[in-house]
Amino acid sequence: MSVKKLGLRQRYEHMTRGLDWETSYQPMDKVFPYDQFEGIKIKDWSAWEDPFRLTMDSYWKFQAEKERKLYAVLDSFAQNNGQTNISDARYINAVKLFLTGISPEEYQAHRGFAFAGRHLRGAGTRVAAQMQSIDELRHLQTQVHTISHYNKFFDGLGEFPHMHDRVWYLSVPKSFFDDARSAGPFEFMIAIGFAFEYLLTNLLFVPFMSGAAYNGDMSTVTFGFSAQSDESRHMTLGIEVIKFLLEQHPDNLPIVQKWVDKWFWRGHRLLGLVAMMMDYMLPKKVMSWKEAWDIYFVEAGGSLFQDLGRYGLKMPKYADIATEEAEHISHQNWAVFYQYTHAAAFHTWMPDAEHLDWLSAKYPNTFDKYYRPRWEMWAKMEKEGKRFYNGALPQLCQCCQIPMAYTEPGDPTTICFRSSKYKDDTYHFCSDGCKDIFDAEPEKFSQAWLPVHQIFQGNCGGPTVPDVLNWYHLNNGVDNMDYVGSPDEKIWNEWHAENTRKAV
Amino acid sequence: MPVTAIVPDYESYVEIRDVQKNFHGNILVFVHWEQHLSFCSAIAFPLPPTMPFDALVSDVIAPHYAAHPDAAKIDWTKAVWSIDGEIATPDFNASLVENGLHHKSLIRFWTPGLPGIAYS
Amino acid sequence: MAQTASITLMQSDDARPIIEAIIADNPGVRILNMPGVVKLDCDDSITVKRASVEERLGRSWEPQEIQLVLVSMAGNLDEDDDHFTLSWRH
Repeated sequence: MSVKKLGLRQRYEHMTRGLDWETSYQPMDKVFPYDQFEGIKIKDWSAWEDPFRLTMDSYWKFQAEKERKLYAVLDSFAQNNGQTNISDARYINAVKLFLTGISPEEYQAHRGFAFAGRHLRGAGTRVAAQMQSIDELRHLQTQVHTISHYNKFFDGLGEFPHMHDRVWYLSVPKSFFDDARSAGPFEFMIAIGFAFEYLLTNLLFVPFMSGAAYNGDMSTVTFGFSAQSDESRHMTLGIEVIKFLLEQHPDNLPIVQKWVDKWFWRGHRLLGLVAMMMDYMLPKKVMSWKEAWDIYFVEAGGSLFQDLGRYGLKMPKYADIATEEAEHISHQNWAVFYQYTHAAAFHTWMPDAEHLDWLSAKYPNTFDKYYRPRWEMWAKMEKEGKRFYNGALPQLCQCCQIPMAYTEPGDPTTICFRSSKYKDDTYHFCSDGCKDIFDAEPEKFSQAWLPVHQIFQGNCGGPTVPDVLNWYHLNNGVDNMDYVGSPDEKIWNEWHAENTRKAV
Repeated sequence: MPVTAIVPDYESYVEIRDVQKNFHGNILVFVHWEQHLSFCSAIAFPLPPTMPFDALVSDVIAPHYAAHPDAAKIDWTKAVWSIDGEIATPDFNASLVENGLHHKSLIRFWTPGLPGIAYS
Repeated sequence: MAQTASITLMQSDDARPIIEAIIADNPGVRILNMPGVVKLDCDDSITVKRASVEERLGRSWEPQEIQLVLVSMAGNLDEDDDHFTLSWRH
């Protein structure tokens, strides 16, 4: 007699909710102490939808298959010396920024979702958050494993976990996740699950991984898309959590709106690093940051918020400012790293003529007017032996922790300064978005560990730049400074000189 | 509006990291040269509050902006100053504190006739 | 304004029958080719039908297998034994 196979819906029902129970030795409120203090009201956890209907048995089956595919590529990349076939060694600097700035956040996300997976009391929500937690750990592991191959040849990669906790610009992603992880589980789900994964992660992974493909980095493409295949599930979790909260109780709307506003702006600031990678660090370019922003925020985000409008949720505050900034942010960030190249764990350069023309074409409203003259001036100074450095330390934003390099809305020639008073002290911000976030939670953000101020307080290895670099485990003269003249450039040129010799 | 926390006494755990006493007798001062965006942001210095404004200009500000082609042409007597958002006429012989500066003050200055190279 | 429902898939042998099935089953689909990936957009709704994929693949195929080649998507997901649909309709 044959047994009838269960359908997807029934299987999911049995394997998630069917395995859940109401506790009796302890009251449920004691078992789940974290899911009420944020003010979110849940009337019926069973109304949670998981459209993927993924059960743990299928999860392991699919993930194992993804890993098999990934490791086959990694082996062949290493066996075939794939590192010699990338478009240009400058490309590796994007990988360095990824490993030091993004991969540790995969680990932070793993821990955050493990917490949410333990502390939200709905079974469907818990299962989805637990799967995502395991995914994020897999992402960190596969990224470290993949990029370890480049670490055999290129600098700036070997000390990534140490750097993440100390280096000035890495405090930007670190403090972003510290903020999310020290919030309650619902805010975490909106921050990372919705705002980051649903609204903004496409901007990180799709154009960047497509860029890796275009630049001959087969190994990064493969881990990227392997991770991204989990991301669709994460996006679904993100959109389900927001719909669920908005459907459960009308009182949830203002709380959720406040979180959406906050985390959209924080995500926008964080992704400015990715903007710079796309416009400046990929030798062969897929699309500009502005184009990616238009596809993935203006169009996709527009559709999403049109849909969420039926719950009364509005477009994030300052979305218009962020869209205006999409024409500036990559240039402004590259200017920061170019002048602080001595303190960065990757190499910098001025764009060549072809690259300048690409930027002019992609940014017809802004590049020739505001940025090309600066790049040309710096290139000239470089030629004259007076390469431009900023010898002082920058003022940082108390909220996003980025140097206060962003300009006034509507005026790209003037730096935007904002400040607030809290308990007799002044706090400075790069934007109205960052100021609003501080003003809503000054107790939290007044505790920020700002790298520049920590150096002045004597907590970062000593008063001089070499002291601080040493404390960062940044190999001075090797990991930092311009690409031209770096050991990375030397090994790359040696490989290619060899190819030329063989060809002749 | 206060932070939403699971503990009622969140504030008692707060440690503000940048209070003045953590800077070994100095105050933090931020300085920005307007219309010269080659310097990507304002720059930060821990300075003795008793430092004369004159010394701030000659020993701190001038050398840190010297890399710019406009720097050598600055006439400091013509500079326009703003301290914490207010246009100010600093007394070069008086100290930072006497000029109204405090911990984490922001000084912005304009150099008329030197608009940078396309604001860079 | 029409809302865009979207699926992004890897450019790979495993994904090709799915891409072909989507193009066949969703008239008016807009195709954006990028290195390594393809983004398929439709107004309001886009669907992957199990039967269409199986026809091209020549074996049985569960919609959940799409996860092996899926890169991104936009819209509210509805997945069942016979289809995988992203839609902004309610």
